[in-house]
Amino acid sequence: MSRTRTTAIGAVTVTLALAATACGGGSATGEGSNDSPKTLTYWASNQGPDIPADKKILTPELKKFEKQTGIKVKLEVVPWSDLLNRILTATTSGQGPDVLNIGNTWSSSLQATGALLPWDEKNFAKIGGKDRFVPAALDSAGAEGEDPAAVPLYSMAYALYYNKKMFREAGISEPPATWDQLVADGKKLSKGGKWALGAEGANLSNNIHQIFVLAKQHGADWFTADGKPDFTSPGAVAAVKQYVDFMAKDKIVAPGNAEYAQNQSLSDFSKGKTAMVLWQAAASTFESQGMKDSDWGVAPVPVASGAPGHGKNTNSMVAGINMAVFKNTDNLDGATKFVKFMTSDAEQKILCKAYGSIPPVKAAQQDQSFDKPELKVLRDTLAKSAAPLPRVPDESQFETAVGTAVKNLFASAADGKDISTAAVKAELAKAEQQMNKQ
Amino acid sequence: MTTTLDRVPGPGAEAASANPAGRPRRRRPGRLRKSALPYLLLLPAVFFELLVHLVPIVIGIFMSFKKLTQFFIRDWGNAPWAGWDNYSIALDFDAPAGQALLHSFLITCAFTVLSVGLCWLIGTAAAIYLQEAFRGRGVLRALFLVPYALPVYTAVITWVFMFQHDNGLVNHVLHDQLGITDAPSFWLIGDNSFVALLTVSVWKGWPFAFLIVMAGLQNIPRDMYEASWLDGATMPQQIRHITLPSLRPVNQVLVLVLFLWTFNDFNTPFVMFGKAAPESANLISMHIYQSSFATWNFGTGSAMSVLLLLFLLLVTGLYLLYTSRGRRAADA
Amino acid sequence: MRDTAATTHRSPTAPPRSFLWSRRVFLTLLTGFVLLPVYVMVSSSLKPLEDVSSSFRWLPSEITVQPYLDIWQTIPLARYFVNSLIVAGAATVCSVIIAVFAAYAVSRYRFRGKRVFTVSVLSTQMFPGILFLLPLFLIYVNIGNATGIALFGSRGGLILTYLTFSLPFSVWMLIGYFDSVPRDLDEAALVDGCGPLGALFRVVVPAAVPGIVAVAVYAFMTAWGEVLFASVMTNETTRTLAVGLQGYSTQNDVYWNQIMAASLVVSVPVVAGFLLLQRYLVAGLTAGAVK
Repeated sequence: MSRTRTTAIGAVTVTLALAATACGGGSATGEGSNDSPKTLTYWASNQGPDIPADKKILTPELKKFEKQTGIKVKLEVVPWSDLLNRILTATTSGQGPDVLNIGNTWSSSLQATGALLPWDEKNFAKIGGKDRFVPAALDSAGAEGEDPAAVPLYSMAYALYYNKKMFREAGISEPPATWDQLVADGKKLSKGGKWALGAEGANLSNNIHQIFVLAKQHGADWFTADGKPDFTSPGAVAAVKQYVDFMAKDKIVAPGNAEYAQNQSLSDFSKGKTAMVLWQAAASTFESQGMKDSDWGVAPVPVASGAPGHGKNTNSMVAGINMAVFKNTDNLDGATKFVKFMTSDAEQKILCKAYGSIPPVKAAQQDQSFDKPELKVLRDTLAKSAAPLPRVPDESQFETAVGTAVKNLFASAADGKDISTAAVKAELAKAEQQMNKQ
Repeated sequence: MTTTLDRVPGPGAEAASANPAGRPRRRRPGRLRKSALPYLLLLPAVFFELLVHLVPIVIGIFMSFKKLTQFFIRDWGNAPWAGWDNYSIALDFDAPAGQALLHSFLITCAFTVLSVGLCWLIGTAAAIYLQEAFRGRGVLRALFLVPYALPVYTAVITWVFMFQHDNGLVNHVLHDQLGITDAPSFWLIGDNSFVALLTVSVWKGWPFAFLIVMAGLQNIPRDMYEASWLDGATMPQQIRHITLPSLRPVNQVLVLVLFLWTFNDFNTPFVMFGKAAPESANLISMHIYQSSFATWNFGTGSAMSVLLLLFLLLVTGLYLLYTSRGRRAADA
Repeated sequence: MRDTAATTHRSPTAPPRSFLWSRRVFLTLLTGFVLLPVYVMVSSSLKPLEDVSSSFRWLPSEITVQPYLDIWQTIPLARYFVNSLIVAGAATVCSVIIAVFAAYAVSRYRFRGKRVFTVSVLSTQMFPGILFLLPLFLIYVNIGNATGIALFGSRGGLILTYLTFSLPFSVWMLIGYFDSVPRDLDEAALVDGCGPLGALFRVVVPAAVPGIVAVAVYAFMTAWGEVLFASVMTNETTRTLAVGLQGYSTQNDVYWNQIMAASLVVSVPVVAGFLLLQRYLVAGLTAGAVK
């Protein structure tokens, strides 16, 4: 045997052994400890207009926490494009932060990895008990029937934002309350290079948020009771068709929106190119794009008929951000204290005000700064007519598969193709088959 | 070329070779040290290649036999074995996962053939046109290298900006100014995205072909052209009978390298389309990325990558066998 | 210099007119194709945000340098720049040194496993990056756990990764280049009493400068533009430009004018360096890759 080969095999063996030993027991699966009680690493999601803005908002609060507890928090604001991948690699390797923000729709999927600290009664007691939180927000923190994998931090809901001036000019006195009205109004608004409704056709999660609600209104769920994907039920197909038809049949969405994925629909709205968007907590964006608060109005998202409520009159997903603790943290007590601090009434008021979101903490919601018309609509929606996205481990695959299906349908619609029920069903069937067979 | 070198062995070369013929050894004392020297020189390269390429590949192959969904990634060493399941999912062309992989594979093949072909064609043509001196040649040569010198991200993002449906330059020119298309086209979604991806890939890639061919042209002796001119050969004949044949060894390597780079290209589609590429531009590297990262199924993703690797090994092997027959004997 | 010789050489045939015409047409079209994005980059970087977020226009409605001032505020561009410089610079230096050693061994010695080495090094070019992203990540983390050397998330890990990305191509090119350096030269150095390493550094390396420059440029550019590994293996303090520039698409808006300005700022040094070194590059490739 040649020397190179011997060396090579030796090196491979050593490295493999190294990898194997450390992977077998190592930190990825280790349980939490309190080995380094003085520091915490925190991954925040990008909630403000940009990352420097987030840092500006969070840093003084973290200083406050340091003063109270002597624990120094190392902050990293992770852009949304990287966040899930960073969490996945952290999960796989055990090299992650102590505390992190997650999109609340990922809760069940991340819960399934077993990497996050479960919030049982005991842990909840340390942060003041479960009862402090709005039930709808808690529902979006993990799979049904299990202890939540995270704690609600910021809540949001969808609302219909409309341009008052454009409505006035089209002779529309009130924002639409049903989809039929929206389409009728939309046809009046869509002319002369202006369009009625904005959409983010290439943004997978936004597509999901919209069609989830529409499917609810058609009486359909995306998963069966035992957690199997069920994407081709008549209700689901009708929901997707209805959403894509805003562009394909009703022609109230500009074809160009099919390639939007970076919130371009919001800039279109700010510039008066579109009259309505369905969005969550958009006020700060409008402001940063130079739109005055008095220029736009806000109303609940339309339903098929009647008033927003539960079941078929659901008109929003429970949107929001949850805060989770990595199970293998080396500062478990500190991490819990930090979650307690961030969800305290006082901090909730400061942070939610800064981000334009609704506090998931009941006591903080009562603050009068959340009585502005926009936040009132969002708060009511959250309390009365919002439902959490499917609480199953496959949720994030669902977002990718069905979100892509809707994106593809939008692409065809933008190309001027007619979107038939059969086409929608075929696209959804493809998405369903892509899901993991467990 | 190598033959000559081996016949006149360099210093120490004979010490390392097990040479039963017993050629005279010039430097007896240093024998042991010298025989280890080439290995010592290779050691860093071997070490880093093992660390970053070979060992991870071995682990990757290992992973492809595991059931690595989100339930197991945290403790992947203890994830259940999947046997050949991941492979059979990937290769079952009647089921959607296999179909999608096959589709993506075919798209990638078409994309690679077109991109490599165009890069080679433009690069070679430009190099031949720039072979003779004329005013502005130096400027053009520098200019042509700019796409290659630009960092991938900046180049691709600029194209994305140009390909936008509403505000892009491409639609502005084709639709608003020239009126070639009836309506603004979509370039970043739908079927046209293949064309868009190809354009960007060729724009980025052809200067490399240009650079290599240009270097190759400088090795063609001038007197060959002069002699053929005396024989009455015309310019196209010279290109056909002198330039292209002389470039053959260069092209052999160039095409292979371009093929491998294009086939595995991830940066370009990723920057252009983000995490979900349109079906018509869903290159295999993107498809595997989505199959592992977006759907959290690293086992199937690894199995697909291993299949891709096997395919590339096969193609490269056949290619080398085909192109270097006859040269190999000399290449001990 | 070979290059100059070719330039001043008079062609034995005056090229036919048809050739001149086709050359003119072809080169004009090609120049347009090449320059179009460059023009877009430059002009858009001088436009106000309204111009770039509405219908395309060839000329700015007003010329503004504001984007060039804003780019440093929107994201920590300067830090990303320094990171990229450190990562790409260190990866280049290491890659070139390692490649020089390896290529020297292959070019000047006969030993067992030589063919195995060259073939396997080249075959790593076939590995789909996506296949070893996660394993590599795990290896780094575990090396970190076992030895305390933080590779994951650090610049060191990225340097290590990138140097091996360019290594195969570099070794391969340098083997070719070293083969073309006459052996008599290092024989003479050995006779003069230099050791083999002395011969390498005093004779072979100086004679191979163009090849080495070509390899260095290639290594640098590979590291400068990589996106996939950088996006997973860096954190905020170690983020490189290729990933960091995505920060201009924020929650609110896509600052296209700033993206273009920042792209230009990060491209100019690389492109300028590249063009300065292109003479070496051609010469290096001529003798190296293109045997």
